[in-house]
Amino acid sequence: MDGSELITTEGNAPSVIDRYYTRWYRADMKEKPCEDHCILQHSNRICVVTLAETHPILQDGRTIKTINYQISNGCSRLNNKVSGKSKRGGQFLTDFAPLCRITCTDETEYTIYSCIRGRLLEVNENILERPALLLEKPFTEGYIAVILPKFEESKSITENLLSRQEFEAIVSKRNTASSQPS
Amino acid sequence: MLPLTQKDQPIVQKLLSAGCCSRCILRFCCVRVQSAYRRPPQETLKELRTFVSNTENSQDSTEPTEENNKSHNAPGSEAPEEPPSKRTKLESEDEAAAELKDEESNVCVVCLGILQEFCGPAQAAKIAETVKAQNYQFDTLVLSVSLPAQLCVRENSCWLHVKEEIGQKGLTLDKDDVIQVKEAFKWIMQGLVAKELGGVSVVTKSAFEVGVEFTHEATDSDCHFLASVCPDCFKPTKNKQSVFTRMAVIKALEKTSDGRFLKLYPCPPVQPSSSCSLQDIQCLHTSVFVAGRYNKFCRSLPQTPWVIDGERRMESSVEELIAAPILSAFRANGFNFSSSGREDVDVRTLGNGRPFAMEILNPHKSRFNRAEMKQLQETINKSSDKIRVRDLQVVSREAMSRMKEGEEEKTKSYTALIWTQKPIRSEDITFIDDIKELTLDQKTPLRVLHRRALAVRQRVIHSMNTRFLDPHHFYLGLKTQAGTYIKEFVHGDFGRTNPNLCQLLKTDTDILELDVESVDVDWPPAIPE
Ligand SMILES: [Zn+2]
Repeated sequence: MDGSELITTEGNAPSVIDRYYTRWYRADMKEKPCEDHCILQHSNRICVVTLAETHPILQDGRTIKTINYQISNGCSRLNNKVSGKSKRGGQFLTDFAPLCRITCTDETEYTIYSCIRGRLLEVNENILERPALLLEKPFTEGYIAVILPKFEESKSITENLLSRQEFEAIVSKRNTASSQPS
Repeated sequence: MLPLTQKDQPIVQKLLSAGCCSRCILRFCCVRVQSAYRRPPQETLKELRTFVSNTENSQDSTEPTEENNKSHNAPGSEAPEEPPSKRTKLESEDEAAAELKDEESNVCVVCLGILQEFCGPAQAAKIAETVKAQNYQFDTLVLSVSLPAQLCVRENSCWLHVKEEIGQKGLTLDKDDVIQVKEAFKWIMQGLVAKELGGVSVVTKSAFEVGVEFTHEATDSDCHFLASVCPDCFKPTKNKQSVFTRMAVIKALEKTSDGRFLKLYPCPPVQPSSSCSLQDIQCLHTSVFVAGRYNKFCRSLPQTPWVIDGERRMESSVEELIAAPILSAFRANGFNFSSSGREDVDVRTLGNGRPFAMEILNPHKSRFNRAEMKQLQETINKSSDKIRVRDLQVVSREAMSRMKEGEEEKTKSYTALIWTQKPIRSEDITFIDDIKELTLDQKTPLRVLHRRALAVRQRVIHSMNTRFLDPHHFYLGLKTQAGTYIKEFVHGDFGRTNPNLCQLLKTDTDILELDVESVDVDWPPAIPE
């Protein structure tokens, strides 16, 4: 080991996400203000759905009461099972397919959506046992779900999404608007 | 003299009339004396005629003629040929010779010329020239023949023609007793080819195979009737030009009763429009296997060619760097590379290296002694400083499997350069040195999940050691069960590897560099330098 190019700056974390994933966003999901989602797309096309840092759940010191992957009477994302290399049997999701509902202790309830078309590979069961993970590490251990887009759609699925730059522009506009006296 | 007896006479008579060549007649008389086939076919034909007429003279000769005419009434049979009696009653020797020549130059209705024009010194010389031109290293060779599919159909038709005679005469003869075209071809040609090649032995089993492929323009039209008998036998496949392959035709013939066959195909077979064509002469040497261990010193070198969306990423690969000098030394057409596990593009493999093995396809040079292998190893090592090879040796196909045996139980050692988000002191990480036999639950890493099944696998880290570098960096040594994903153990892979180093150190950690220090597989055997 040579260790010649050590990164020693504390703040600039050389994260795994930066190296291997592209961040995509959807702002104001379903016209609900600030309900922003983040999609991390790996270079191998696999997508991880997380909350965006601006999502209301992560604001105002909220605490999570329940996370429910049972999105309707007949459908629970926890029943999702994939088998084999071809991931047979996974539920197929469209952009607006709900993944889970999160209820906070202040009784606010939020639905998290798929945001992209693809096959559901797994949901994060760890956050059921430790909902705090969602608040502490929303972009890593607190992820919501893993989705595999169709091979032929791996480029087109992100066309409707915002790049990080576009998303930051929207957020800063939003902040300017809210800080202006009405 | 022909190795024939009185009982063969009616068969010979029938086959002569049907338009069989002299060697095919020997085959249907089940002659197993190889030398009989090696004689000039004109001479054999002459003797067959004499044999028939001699016996005819001593018997009543009219009956076989009628029989022949009768059997020619099968469907598809057009204008009956001249009655054989006319041919056998020749007036002068000169005329006889002229007609004999003429007869033998007719394309045989059964072998379509394979045992005629394609079976002799001229063809043997042609085969030998092709072999010589390719400059193979070999002591022995085996000759193989690929024949057009309708030969099976014509063979069957001829057999039914003969069988009729056998039935009447109460002879016991089975279809399996008939000498196959392939066999007769080899009996004639092997010796001739061997002679042309200066005395190599042509044997029944050899690492070096010379394949002679014949085709015929009328294969499809000759076999077409079988498609109505057995449509299932002739399903189109991607890489076959015609559905009438030899295998499919044999299968269809097995499913066709004699009665059905006789209704659909002439018996005996009709005169073909042309003879076979010599399509190809191919040489093939069986694979040679080599094994060794490799080091990889470069963090931007994939193990195998890296292609994304049809586009090449990274200009080289471990296998290409190793294979190029080997292929040129063995003068081979291609290779299959396998190894005991593999490292990522950015991971080095140090220490004694990683065991690998290569199947070398169609090597033109196949014998290498120890000194030559050592020389080859040096050539590889001089060709690139990105990799290094040791213990290079020729191995058997069977020995190769030892590399993959019990791969799961083997251990591997690594060194990783770790980054920590929170500052650390030397004493903050020493507890890691005491962790033994740590079992991880690893979900299939996201970075490989697109091509592997989703599962949780248990893997064991046998031991770890740390070397403090600065408040945000340390070296982590690991000895693990093979198949442990080290990168995911360090960064946690979204919490999908449990426990992980982030949890153990209670801070985010990341892996900046990874080296494989050893792959503990004791194959191939070490070769002293
Ligand atoms: Zn013949």
